Amino acid sequence: MSNTSSSKQVNTCQSINDFVVRFANTNGTGSASANNMFAKAILRMGIPVSAKNIFPSNIQGMPTWYEVRINESNFLARRGGQSELVVAMNAQSLLEDIDSVACGGFLLYDSSRALQTHEIRDDINYLAIPISAICQKEYQDPRQRQLFKNVIYVGALAALLNIEFDVLKTLVGEQFRGKDKLITPNIYALELGYQYAHQHFQCPISLRVERRELINNRIMVDGNTATALGAVYGGATVVGWYPITPSTSVVEKFASYCARLRIDPATGKKNYALVQAEDELAAIGIAIGASWNGARAFTATSGPGISLMTEFLGLAYFAEIPMVLVNVQRAGPSTGMPTRTQQSDILACAYASHGDTKQVLLFPQDPFECFTLSAQAFDLADQLQTPVIIMSDLDLGMNDHLTAEFIWDDQQEYQLGKVLSAQQLDELDEYGRYLDVDNDGICYRTLPGTHPDKGAFFTRGTSRNRYAGYTEKSADYVENMQRLTKKFNQAAKLMPSPEIKQSSKRAKIGLIFFGTSSHAIPEAIQQLKDHGLSVDTLRIKAFPFCHSIIDFINDHQDVFVIEQNRDSQMRTLLSNELAIAPNKLNVIANFDGLPLTSLFVVNKVLEHFAQQSSTSQTG
Amino acid sequence: MSYQKSSFYHPRLPVNDLGLTYRDYEGALSTLCAGCGHDAITSAIVQACFELSLPPHQVAKMSGIGCSSKAPNYFLNKSHGFNSVHGRMPSVTTGANLANRDLTYLAMSGDGDSASIGLGQFAHVVRRQLNMLYVVANNGVYGLTKGQLAATADKGVTNKGGELSLFSDIDLCVMALQLGATFVARSFSGDKKQLVPLIKAAMSHQGFAFIDIVSPCVTFNNHASSTRSYDYVHEHITTAAVTDFIPVKTEITSDCQAGVCEDICLHDGSLMRIHKLQADYDTKNAMKAINDIESHKQKGEILTGLFYLDPNGESFHDVNNSSDTPLNQLKQEVLCPGNRVLSSINDSFR
Repeated sequence: MSNTSSSKQVNTCQSINDFVVRFANTNGTGSASANNMFAKAILRMGIPVSAKNIFPSNIQGMPTWYEVRINESNFLARRGGQSELVVAMNAQSLLEDIDSVACGGFLLYDSSRALQTHEIRDDINYLAIPISAICQKEYQDPRQRQLFKNVIYVGALAALLNIEFDVLKTLVGEQFRGKDKLITPNIYALELGYQYAHQHFQCPISLRVERRELINNRIMVDGNTATALGAVYGGATVVGWYPITPSTSVVEKFASYCARLRIDPATGKKNYALVQAEDELAAIGIAIGASWNGARAFTATSGPGISLMTEFLGLAYFAEIPMVLVNVQRAGPSTGMPTRTQQSDILACAYASHGDTKQVLLFPQDPFECFTLSAQAFDLADQLQTPVIIMSDLDLGMNDHLTAEFIWDDQQEYQLGKVLSAQQLDELDEYGRYLDVDNDGICYRTLPGTHPDKGAFFTRGTSRNRYAGYTEKSADYVENMQRLTKKFNQAAKLMPSPEIKQSSKRAKIGLIFFGTSSHAIPEAIQQLKDHGLSVDTLRIKAFPFCHSIIDFINDHQDVFVIEQNRDSQMRTLLSNELAIAPNKLNVIANFDGLPLTSLFVVNKVLEHFAQQSSTSQTG
Repeated sequence: MSYQKSSFYHPRLPVNDLGLTYRDYEGALSTLCAGCGHDAITSAIVQACFELSLPPHQVAKMSGIGCSSKAPNYFLNKSHGFNSVHGRMPSVTTGANLANRDLTYLAMSGDGDSASIGLGQFAHVVRRQLNMLYVVANNGVYGLTKGQLAATADKGVTNKGGELSLFSDIDLCVMALQLGATFVARSFSGDKKQLVPLIKAAMSHQGFAFIDIVSPCVTFNNHASSTRSYDYVHEHITTAAVTDFIPVKTEITSDCQAGVCEDICLHDGSLMRIHKLQADYDTKNAMKAINDIESHKQKGEILTGLFYLDPNGESFHDVNNSSDTPLNQLKQEVLCPGNRVLSSINDSFR
C-alpha cells in the first residue's frame, strides 16, 4: 500500500484537533453543502470549529473557498496564513491552492488529470484521488457526476482525518430528511471516498480529529439567521426589503420562520407582511410607514442600500419614528467587494443623512448577540422613537459561528415606549406631540385611529413646534434640535454597556474593538502574552457611547482601536464624540475584506512598540 | 388675506350620520396661492368625507413633498397626517397600510412627486394593489420652486418663463390602467360636481384607486401657452359619462335605464351610477380606456371621468392573506413564540 507521495522527506504537519482545512471549489457545483457537512461532523464530535466561506460575487463557474478551522482552545477566528490541508477541486485556482498549503501539509486533489511539473512542490504531501474518474465510472447522469464529487472527497477526508463515519451518515440522514431516496446514494458516495482513501493511504494521516466534549450547549449558526429570529421574537410584523448581498438571508430567514411561527392557527392567515420593494428607498419607507402606524417593522441591507436609505434615516430621526435597520456590512466604497467583509459603514450610519443627525447603532459580535440585540433593537427603537441600526457584517451574517444557545425570558415584556391610549388622551388637558413632558427629550406619540377628537398630529420632515405645527421660527427650531440632543444623551443610558476585561493589576495596554473583531482577540491576548505583553480589553456594543469608555482610555497608557476599515472610523467617532485626542488612540485597521486574524493584531501592536523604542533610541 | 381661520360657524350647520358638521372635516387655513386648484380639491375632499360620514380619525392622510403634498394639512384636522419625503409617499403608505388595514388611506401627491422623482414608487404601489386613494393634483409645473416644467406637461407647451417642454408627457392614468389599478379616473379641480362623487366612490372602493386631478397653478401655469390653465381646461375638457355616488342604504328613486345608465355596486354596498354620454363607454375595459384617453389627447382634448372600475379586484392584504386583525394590534403572546419553541430551534443548530 502506498502512502502519500512526496518527492523529498519533509517534516510532515502533525496535529490532533488543531489545524485548518481549506476547500477550493468552483461555485455553483454543490460544494457548499458537502463542505458544510464536513464542518458539522467536526462539531458533532465535540470539537470547536469555525468555517469561513470565501465566495465570489457570481453564481456559477468562479473559484470559491471554504476554510475550516479546528481548534480545541476555541481560537476560532480566521487563522490566516497557509493551511495544513487543502482540498483542491478547482483547476482554475490550482496553482494558487498548491501555494496555500503549509510546508509539510497535504494537498488532496483530483488525480484524474495528472499534475504537471510546475504543480509539484517538494515540501508538501500529495493525496491523489481520481475523483472525476470514479464519478465517471459510477454515475451516468452528468449532474450526479458533478455533485457526488463533493461527497466523495468528504468520505475520503473521513478516513484521512479519522472522522467518525457514523456521524457523517447521521448528517446525511438529517440533510435529506423528507427526500429519503437521496440518503442511500449519498452514503454510497461517502463510502466510495472513504474506501479509496483507506486502500491507497495510511489512514489516518498525521492530521486528525479526536472526539472531545468541548461544545457544551453551544450551537453553530450564522448571524443572519440569528438576526431574523431575533426580529421574530422581538415582534416585528412588517418588513420592506430589497435583495442585496450579504443581507438577503436576514429577510429570507425571517420569512421562513414566520411561515412556521406566525400563521394564525384558526384562520391560516399571516400575522406578518413582507414586501420585496422596488428599491432600498421604498424598503425603508415601508418600515417607517409601518412603525409610524404602530407595528414593529424593519428592513435589512448593506452598504449601497445604506447610501440610498440615508434620506429616510434623516426623516425618521427628525420626525422621531422608531424603526430597525439591519446593516450587514460588506467591503465598500460603491459596489466594492460585495462578498467580502468589512466594518466600514460606521460613520455613514452614525451620522446618516444631511443636517445634524445622529443614529443609534448596535454592534453584535456573534449570532447570540445578533439574536438578542435584534430583539432588543425593537424595544430601543420604540423607547427612543428613533431608528436603531444593527451593525452586523458579512463574516458574522453569512458564516456559521459557534455561539451560545439562544434564550428568551418568557417573563420579559415588549417595551413599547411612550404611546398614548385613548383613555390617556382623555385624561390630558393638552396634547403636543413634541412636548417634553418628562424632561428626558422623549415625547409622547399617538397612533392614527386612537381617538376621535384628540391626539391627531401632522408628522413632517419640516421643522415643527411642540404641537407639530409647521414653523420657521429659529427659537422653535433650536429648541427642537436641542431636545433631540437631550434624547440622544438619554439613549446612552439605555444602550448595552461595553464589555470590559481587565486584570486586577491594570495593564498598560488597552485594546478597544467591536463586532466580529472580537473573534481574534482571545488568541491575540495569548500571543501577546508570549511576547511578554499583557493587555486589557474593551468591546464597544453600542453608539451613543457609555462613559466607561473614556475611563478605559484614560486608564491605559497605550490604547489601540482595532477595526475592519481603512480609515479607522470608530477611532474618529470616539475622538469626535468623547473629545479624546486622536493621538491617544493607536490604529489597527484591517481592511482586506477577510475576517481579522490575531496575527494581524499582534504584529501591529509589536510594530508599534518597535517603532516607539527606535524613535526613543534615535531621539 | 386672513391669517387665522375663524372658529365661528352657524349653529344649525347640517350634520352627517356621525353628528359631525362640514367644519369637523376641515383643516388648517391654506397657505397656497389664492385661486390654487389644490384648494378646490381640498374642499371637494372635505365635502366627500363629510357626506360619506367617515370618522375623521379613521383616515390617514399621506403625502410627499410639493404644493400638493402640503394640502393634507388643509383638510381633516382630526386625522393623522404624514408629510414624508419627496416621491416616497407610496412606500410610506404601503408600510402604514400593512400595519393597519382598517384605516382609510387618503394620499395626496403632485406631478413632480409622482411622475418624476416618485415614478418608480408610483408604479410599484399600483402593482401592489394597496387599498388606498391616490390623488395627484396635476398642474404640469413645479410650484414651490417657481415654475419649472413637470413631466406631465404636454410636449410643445412653454412654461411662464418661456421654456419649451421638449419631451413626451407622462400620463399617470394610462400608467395606472396598464399596471392594474382597479379604480382609475381623471377630473378637474374646477368641476366639483364631477369630482366629489368620484372621490366618494374612490374612498369607498376596496383596492387601489387613482384620481388624476387637473389642478391649475394660478401663479406659474395659467398663461396662454399652457394646456393646464383654467381657460384651456374649461375649453378642452370632455367626458364620456356622468357619475353619481349613491351611498349604502339610500333609497334608489329613479330607474337606471339600460343602455344609457349603469349601476356598479362597490364592495361596501354603495353604488356608482353612471349616465353614459357615449354609447360605447365601458368601465370594464382598461385597454379601451387607454385608447380613449390617447385619442382625445391627439384632438387636444382632456378626457375626464371614471375610466376603469373593478369593484371586486383583490388588494394587497387579500393577496398576502394577512390576518384580519391589523398587524399593529397583535399582542406579544401572538407574536412571540416563546422559549420552549426557541429551544427546539436551538436543536436544529447542533
